Amino acid sequence: MSDKKRLDLEYSQIESDKMRINVGPQHPSTHGVLRLEVEVDGEIVTEVIPHLGYLHRSFEKHCEKMTYPQVMPYIDRLDYISAMNNEWPYVMALEKLMDIKVPEKVDYIRVILAELNRIANHQIAVATFGLDAGAFTPFLFFFRDREYILWILEKMSGARLLYNYFRVGGLAADVYPGFKEDCLNIVKQVRKTNAEVMDLLIYNSIFIKRSANVGILRPDVAINFACSGPVLRGSGVKYDLRKDEPYSIYDRFDFDIPVGKGEVGVVGDCWDRNMVRVQEMEQSCRIIEQAIAQMPMEGDVSALVPKRIKPPKGEVYMRAENPKGDLGFYIVSNGTDKPERLKARGASFVNLSVIPEISKGYMFADLILILGSIDIVLGEVDR
Amino acid sequence: MGLLNKLDDPYEGGGIVLGKVEDLLNWGRSKSDWYLHFGLACCAIEFMAMNASHFDFMRFGTIPRTSPRQADFIMVTGTVTFKMADRIKVLYEQMAEPKYVISVGSCSNCGGPYWEHGYHVLKGVDRIIPVDVYIPGCPPRPEAFEEGMMLLQSKISKQAIFNKRKKLEAEL
Ligand code: SF4
Repeated sequence: MSDKKRLDLEYSQIESDKMRINVGPQHPSTHGVLRLEVEVDGEIVTEVIPHLGYLHRSFEKHCEKMTYPQVMPYIDRLDYISAMNNEWPYVMALEKLMDIKVPEKVDYIRVILAELNRIANHQIAVATFGLDAGAFTPFLFFFRDREYILWILEKMSGARLLYNYFRVGGLAADVYPGFKEDCLNIVKQVRKTNAEVMDLLIYNSIFIKRSANVGILRPDVAINFACSGPVLRGSGVKYDLRKDEPYSIYDRFDFDIPVGKGEVGVVGDCWDRNMVRVQEMEQSCRIIEQAIAQMPMEGDVSALVPKRIKPPKGEVYMRAENPKGDLGFYIVSNGTDKPERLKARGASFVNLSVIPEISKGYMFADLILILGSIDIVLGEVDR
Repeated sequence: MGLLNKLDDPYEGGGIVLGKVEDLLNWGRSKSDWYLHFGLACCAIEFMAMNASHFDFMRFGTIPRTSPRQADFIMVTGTVTFKMADRIKVLYEQMAEPKYVISVGSCSNCGGPYWEHGYHVLKGVDRIIPVDVYIPGCPPRPEAFEEGMMLLQSKISKQAIFNKRKKLEAEL
């Protein structure tokens, strides 16, 4: 806290002209096409205004025009880093509306794939956070491992990034032979790399100096801004939909919810948010191991669903724990095969709204770091 | 490595190559292209993977630049929206000649999945800037990036540097 105080002190003594500068939309560290209008006083940030809309891809318009299965690819493209997780609340919402019970095997495969994708997402998040702080090597480590995960997902679904694999009432295809062994190998590899990265990045003293005590998000602020996911948990709030509102079969697994503890700084700083992501990878590994052990190999991967998906009239809201936070889908059905309205509640959009709140008073270079620790994806922000 | 093999030829005194200055310049130009990475959407994530351990984009001699003034070509990876389009045009115009454009992914090729109802999506980046290489896919595989880069290199290595206008007129 001492550094921060020193900055505050200096800031109050030196009065200089404020300057407005523009970060983005084409900037290597904005994680996409975000534009931040920043007011700086020397090197100190006094105001941040995010400008959105550079990746507005007319998501809701497409949902109006497409049939329910055709909407799925657009759902993938919301949070394109964790497409499997995106598809899940959507199919769950439809299953809830149509009252379909999916076979047990499907649930297990969904859990495994979603957790694999969560690991892949957190790997990107931690890797790019390292990049923002100036550490390049963890980026290479994580992307090496992420590729192995993508191989599994590709073998399952045929695509590397945007899968379009979940179906209402089931999945597009069954698991391939050797799926379980592949997953267990990945788990081993992820743990090995995480142990390496702990020394290389997380407990590296330069990295701690850079990211601890920076961008402190107090728990009450986080709750007031409706933050979710690692951003909320980094502030020490134990809230995870997988535990608090267990959907699918998450109540069968034994796992912990890592929260920020302020190990090297204050609770809720950038380091904590990052640490939560690393620990969540370990928890995902645990879930995958348990799911692999319990998963039945026989049976169909699809419930009996009519070819033409026509949910009855009504409304439904379903949410799930995405790697970035709560992702919810609100579907209004009018009884036809196209949704009347489909609204997505993206976690990135909500989490981004705390940026102006938590980046005031820090150095300009820290703003980039704070943005990286929030881990936004612009496809979900602008939709 | 073609040039070095030629230099190994057993001429006395060694190292004599007969060729056009144009070829030499083009050889140099095509093997060290710096690019302005313009990551816009999902394709940019695949491009990140392309830059990382397994695929190593830099072995083509490419170095990512963040300023258009230092870049030889621009990689438009992702969905170009109307709001973004004028930015791309400005950035392209800031680049120094000779400059090239690689359009990555269906979105920047033609609008991709958003071509029909995407009221805010530009239906192809070639409507605002000239494109040299199109890489198809949604998103393209890293192997497709490699092929696209090789295509650009072969295009650069065949280009005229001197008497451009004369040659163009003769062609027409
Ligand atoms: S082509 Fe596909 S993957 Fe690439 S930006 Fe467009 S929607 Fe995303």
